[in-house]
Amino acid sequence: MLVGQLMQQGYQCFGPGVENGAIVLHELATPDAIPRGLQAVQSPGRYQLTQDPEQRYFAWANGPQAIKPLAFAPTESLWRVARDASGTLQFSAVLPAAPKRALIGVRACDLAALALQDAHFLRAGARDAHYAQRRDALLLVAVQCAAPAATCFCASTGDGPTPTAGYDIALAELADGFVVEAGSARGQHVVDALRLSPALAQHIDDARKQGESAAAAQTRRLPGRNLRDALMSQLEHPRWDAVAARCLACGNCTAVCPTCFCHAEVDQPALSGESSAHVREWDSCFGESHGHLHGFNVRPDIRSRYRQWLTHKLAGWHDQFGRSGCTGCGRCIAWCPVGIDLTEEVAALTAREATP
Amino acid sequence: MTGAQKPRVAVHKFSSCDGCQLAFLNLGENLLTLAGRVELVHFAEAGPLDPESEVDIAFVEGSVSTSEDLERIQHIRAHSRLLIAIGACATSGGIQALRNGVFDAGWVTQIYSHPEAIASLERSTPIASHVKVDFELWGCPVSGPQIVAVVNALLLGVAPRDNVDKVCTECKRQGHPCVMVTRGIACMGPVTRAGCGALCPGLGRDCYGCYGPAENANTDALAAQFKSLGLTPRAVVHRFQSINSQAPAFLAAADTIRRRGDD
Amino acid sequence: MNDAPHALDAGPPHAATVVARTQESPTIFTLRLRLDDPAAQAAYRFAPGQFNMLYLYGVGEVPISIMSDPEERDGIGHTIRAIGRVTQGLAALQPGDQIGLRGPFGNGWPLQEMGGCDVVLVTGGLGCAPVVSVIHYVLRRRERFGKLVIIQGVKHAEDLIWREQYDRWAKLPNTQVLVAASEGGALWPWHVGRVTDLFSLARFNPERAVAMMCGPEGMMRAAADSLLAHRLPESNLYLSMERNMQCAVGRCGHCQFGSAFICRNGPVFNWGKVKTLLGHRGF
Ligand SMILES: Cc1cc2nc3c(=O)[nH]c(=O)nc-3n(C[C@H](O)[C@H](O)[C@H](O)COP(=O)(O)OP(=O)(O)OC[C@H]3O[C@@H](n4cnc5c(N)ncnc54)[C@H](O)[C@@H]3O)c2cc1C
Ligand code: SF4
Ligand code: SF4
Ligand code: SF4
Ligand code: SF4
Ligand code: SF4
Ligand code: FES
Repeated sequence: MLVGQLMQQGYQCFGPGVENGAIVLHELATPDAIPRGLQAVQSPGRYQLTQDPEQRYFAWANGPQAIKPLAFAPTESLWRVARDASGTLQFSAVLPAAPKRALIGVRACDLAALALQDAHFLRAGARDAHYAQRRDALLLVAVQCAAPAATCFCASTGDGPTPTAGYDIALAELADGFVVEAGSARGQHVVDALRLSPALAQHIDDARKQGESAAAAQTRRLPGRNLRDALMSQLEHPRWDAVAARCLACGNCTAVCPTCFCHAEVDQPALSGESSAHVREWDSCFGESHGHLHGFNVRPDIRSRYRQWLTHKLAGWHDQFGRSGCTGCGRCIAWCPVGIDLTEEVAALTAREATP
Repeated sequence: MTGAQKPRVAVHKFSSCDGCQLAFLNLGENLLTLAGRVELVHFAEAGPLDPESEVDIAFVEGSVSTSEDLERIQHIRAHSRLLIAIGACATSGGIQALRNGVFDAGWVTQIYSHPEAIASLERSTPIASHVKVDFELWGCPVSGPQIVAVVNALLLGVAPRDNVDKVCTECKRQGHPCVMVTRGIACMGPVTRAGCGALCPGLGRDCYGCYGPAENANTDALAAQFKSLGLTPRAVVHRFQSINSQAPAFLAAADTIRRRGDD
Repeated sequence: MNDAPHALDAGPPHAATVVARTQESPTIFTLRLRLDDPAAQAAYRFAPGQFNMLYLYGVGEVPISIMSDPEERDGIGHTIRAIGRVTQGLAALQPGDQIGLRGPFGNGWPLQEMGGCDVVLVTGGLGCAPVVSVIHYVLRRRERFGKLVIIQGVKHAEDLIWREQYDRWAKLPNTQVLVAASEGGALWPWHVGRVTDLFSLARFNPERAVAMMCGPEGMMRAAADSLLAHRLPESNLYLSMERNMQCAVGRCGHCQFGSAFICRNGPVFNWGKVKTLLGHRGF
């Protein structure tokens, strides 16, 4: 019903579906295209689909990507330049087409992460036009997590499992239906059109309890405090060597992390010699180009690259954005091909005994 | 290099399957554009035949595998301003380099009906083992966009961009869920150079390592992971000893596994 | 400075034309550029220490310090070492050729606050570029500053570009020029050895001096230690930092140094801001 209404209001609707063995947000062809019973078991380096015995719509926690690719595109042209036979250059901006999109099934951790991406790309006086164009066209339908994955730890970062901000519409899925709440004027407009019956106090209370027990069910955690000083005082800890021996420097963690914003800019000239596109693409501090200075690399080894990721995420972010860069989604744990678990690394790095 | 003089280009073939030359032919419309911007002096697959004359850019496909190859590559180097090795054969010796270290005239007799016609050297070696190579384009086969990027750079008079990133980088930009994580299959993406656009993971398959070792390839960590996914040491060796078996990082990885297997 | 008209210039670049090209050494050259839009050129303002992103058609962009005098209105000067893809391509440009330019970016040296101070400039390698514009700036406003001490270290004797300029500066009153090359050569009139050897020869009043450094981080660390040991207050010690840069507007994340975005919070920093991390390899 909700999807139908959104489609009627001209939104391209994105919702859960299975692609290549994972639950992704993809475009829904019809209003009833949201499957029931999807679920995934997640553990370090593992993501396996299962069935939810209760056949709920949203009993899965999260998939390999959140909102990030739909606002901060993995590759896109920023501008182009035309060159005529005399070598004269003509520069022009390239802006993406951004149709109205409704994302159904986003999670609290992802909303918190989106707020961080907003803080980065929409910084006052320095809005990124490409990001802004896509971001403004998004309508976010959040869902409370009833069944966190084993990799989830949003309760400890304070970002979930119940969405509290940043959504247009929030849903809580209960045994006998949904509790729906609008979080913005746009969301209210959609909700009004649905002519729902008001939620009973009992339902609202059930949803609250469901959130609480989902939080209590989480097993991993990050210390809630600012870890900056704890980590920055351990820059030569032997644990960095140990993790570097296991880490592939593949950058999967940074690519799936909903807050990572790094990108490279490359030129793609046409073979005709008449034009060139200036393209940005996701990049990672695990790659060579991130620390490349001509003739040497400031982070030549995996140890310093892993250390950059963890210290930026959990230390640098506090200074840059006033909070940690981790919203507890657990993706970097599940999608790390070798199952490196940042909560474990942090615990080892900050364990009191280790202080020299 | 705008205007008057078009750079002279040759495409040479050594021991190889011609797949990389096909990457040129498969450029489609771009091939016509290319033909307009360069003078194709020698390209046996496409027509022009003049392997002898001086060129600005020589693309060399294939490995050095016969004694005739040895002489020819010297000749080409001497007559080319820039020499670009394209494809796994030219950059690491290719699939035929699997015979390196195990070559023995005995099996040549077993396999071929006219063993006297086989004039192979004992080892199949990359072009750079014999002459100075200005740029190496890895891949089996190289891709159209790679070729276009190299030609563009050379036409602009600058060095081509060397993409040393891992296949995973492209895989994530394409939005493919990781097959190691979802299906537990042994993907070579985390140690393999980007360039193919993460073709195999896009089809739900594991990467074979066609593009050779990436920068900072932690082959030991990946081998350990393959083992915990259930591969036998022998199977892990096979993952590294395939198309780019002689690329130093993959050769060393296989040696390490074999050594560990022994003790 | 942050309110400059080009304060956020995320692209596309502005077309600019090479109006002059000078070869300074076998690998170092200077381009004088002029923005094609006369109004933009006339409105272009920068502070010494800021940089531009120069774009070469089809190849890419690189950050390059502005070395011309900020009062010059009809051109923008860049001295570049041809080392990699983009810079070697830029080296082939001739007068009349067009490129793209965005900028200026970052914070310059805090020259306004330095009135009355002795000015000590310490550079290594091609680190001299961001500091040459300071030299021009001080020389044009000589009465506002005390002594000017220029300390330059190079690797090979032939890397010292603008040799005549150094000779000329050395003859000015109240100005001291100290140059060291780690490998000298025939007819090398200056010191052979390290930059830090020169501090004992430098004549300035450390309590009323401001020092600005640019160059390899190891050199800057050693120089900072010397200067601080000579009782220069930490608050008067500045340096210019370098990291990989893709966007120059604080987005791409490549220039991060700890929590600083060098393109936006730097490249010029007070020593106190960066001293801790500068000791750690890998940031
Ligand atoms: C604030 C600042 C001011 C600078 N001022 C000058 C100057 O006045 N004169 C000068 O000759 N050089 C200067 N540099 C260094 C100059 O930017 C690099 O030499 C140049 O980017 C090398 O590019 P390349 O394509 O030729 O080299 P490659 O090695 O081919 O580099 C590939 C890419 O990596 C990046 N990159 C490589 N080296 C550096 C580097 N040192 N700093 C930042 N990005 C890099 C660039 O995006 C470059 O396109 C400055 C750097 C910074 C950060
Ligand atoms: S650091 Fe890991 S757990 Fe935290 S937000 Fe990023 S991907 Fe999620
Ligand atoms: S530096 Fe690394 S951890 Fe930080 S945003 Fe960039 S990719 Fe993510
Ligand atoms: S981290 Fe929290 S909000 Fe995110 S998917 Fe898991 S339980 Fe839900
Ligand atoms: S931590 Fe895991 S995902 Fe991240 S770079 Fe290392 S191996 Fe790859
Ligand atoms: S599927 Fe392969 S290439 Fe893709 S992220 Fe996983 S390991 Fe890397
Ligand atoms: S250069 Fe992109 S963030 Fe500084």
